[in-house]
Amino acid sequence: MRYRRNSTPTGSEITPESIVLNRRRVVGVLGLGLGMATMPAGTVLAGLQADDTPTPEAIVTGYNNFYEFGTGKFDPAEYAHEMTVRPWTVEVSGEAARTGTFALDDLLKGLAVEERIYRFRCVEAWSMVVPWQGVALKAVLEQFRPNGNAKFVAFTTLERPKEMRGQRALFSGIDWPYVEGLRMDEAYHPLAFMATGLYGKPLPNQNGAPWRLVVPWKYGFKSAKSIVRIHFTNRQPRNTWNTLQASEYGFYANVNPSVDHPRWSQATERRLPSTLLNPNRRPTLPFNGYAEEVASLYDGMDLRRYF
Amino acid sequence: MTFNRLFWWVWLLLLLSPALWAIYAIYSEAMSPGSMLGGDAGETLVHHFGDWGMRFLLVALLASPLRRLTGSALPLRLRRMTGLAAFSLLSVHVLLYLWFMAGLSWATVVKDIVDRAYITVGFAAWLVLLLLAVTSTRGWQRRLRRRWQQLHRLVYLAALLGIVHLVWATKLGLAEAVFYGGAFLVLMGERVLRSAFKPAPEGKRSMPV
Repeated sequence: MRYRRNSTPTGSEITPESIVLNRRRVVGVLGLGLGMATMPAGTVLAGLQADDTPTPEAIVTGYNNFYEFGTGKFDPAEYAHEMTVRPWTVEVSGEAARTGTFALDDLLKGLAVEERIYRFRCVEAWSMVVPWQGVALKAVLEQFRPNGNAKFVAFTTLERPKEMRGQRALFSGIDWPYVEGLRMDEAYHPLAFMATGLYGKPLPNQNGAPWRLVVPWKYGFKSAKSIVRIHFTNRQPRNTWNTLQASEYGFYANVNPSVDHPRWSQATERRLPSTLLNPNRRPTLPFNGYAEEVASLYDGMDLRRYF
Repeated sequence: MTFNRLFWWVWLLLLLSPALWAIYAIYSEAMSPGSMLGGDAGETLVHHFGDWGMRFLLVALLASPLRRLTGSALPLRLRRMTGLAAFSLLSVHVLLYLWFMAGLSWATVVKDIVDRAYITVGFAAWLVLLLLAVTSTRGWQRRLRRRWQQLHRLVYLAALLGIVHLVWATKLGLAEAVFYGGAFLVLMGERVLRSAFKPAPEGKRSMPV
């Protein structure tokens, strides 16, 4: 199976078929790029390409889009420490049997912490490879027993202007808080993930502490950070970037090299580090390299229309 | 060394500083990735050169109001150098775009210029500045005489196009647009008000605006 286990197997271990399928490719990655010695047992590597190597930690934690702390890429690393992440509560509402306010620690209790190395593709045409730790999104959501009306799930980022200077900025243009959403079948896909750490450390504030969504086949803005609210609904929720600029950012936001952003091409990406002598430009892959696992979620959909 | 001469050197150093910073940043990035450019040298440097080019261009537009305000000829003496520094930085901005964003693919460049309005506008602004830079020498000043002044009023067009380019290219947040647009409006407003209320005297003493 694809999860190579620790000596203590964890509870929720039905190996998703879509992840198993990639075994051969993963072996290649292990041998060629990443080096087996550094890889904790059980790491999920689906979708990784042979030449993918993790982006240096300094870049993953130093170069971020987190507009709650400012629009500059270096702002989050500089100002996110002003956010208090303990204690952290999460409000759960909508079409589910178990709703209310929960302490984050209680929600994570008993869930298997996994290691996943994912490609991360920003809509701005740069990309990283990030070793995350966290829990399967499905395992988180199932605790609330969503009912038959739950077709979508919305995620809301913390709104706390006192600690988030980007929310105090005069011309931010964003209607806070930041909201994102997924279809339930997307949220239940085995690759959808809630990260609580990266590079073996608790998630840094600038990366969305204490927990954030990671949906590796979608553009980065779908992966909402510092989540305080989960809402199950039967209607497609609004998502912040789509509200801001519907012609440029859709609800689905699946990585797609053949649908350009109106202002730049999505055919290629700069894999960080991208330097003067080596811009490291490479082709962008459909669904960010996860087509094998997730393409079937969108069977029959016109992905040019639902971009 | 006279004060003016000293100030000329100080000013030159100031104009060179964005390029010096970039050289230092590229060097530290090569030693330790992510340390100064955040790992995305292209995006960071393209913005760095674009921002400073725009700032110096607006500073060059400040020269003639400053002369009128202070009566000193120094601002005008530094104006050409300032304009050329802006042009140089913006040329590097264009080169970095070609290298990092377009991957030196001319098909991509042509497609961008045709399809993407903000690139069209930015490229037009750069062409105008190229024309002004080429004709900035004393020789061209002599050759074109009065027409030189008219030609170099195109700098207002270049600045306006540059600001439109910047606003269009910005993903979100109007802070920069408000800052640069505001500065441009103040600089232009001063000129409009001055010509409205105090028509410049005809004759030899009329200075380029």
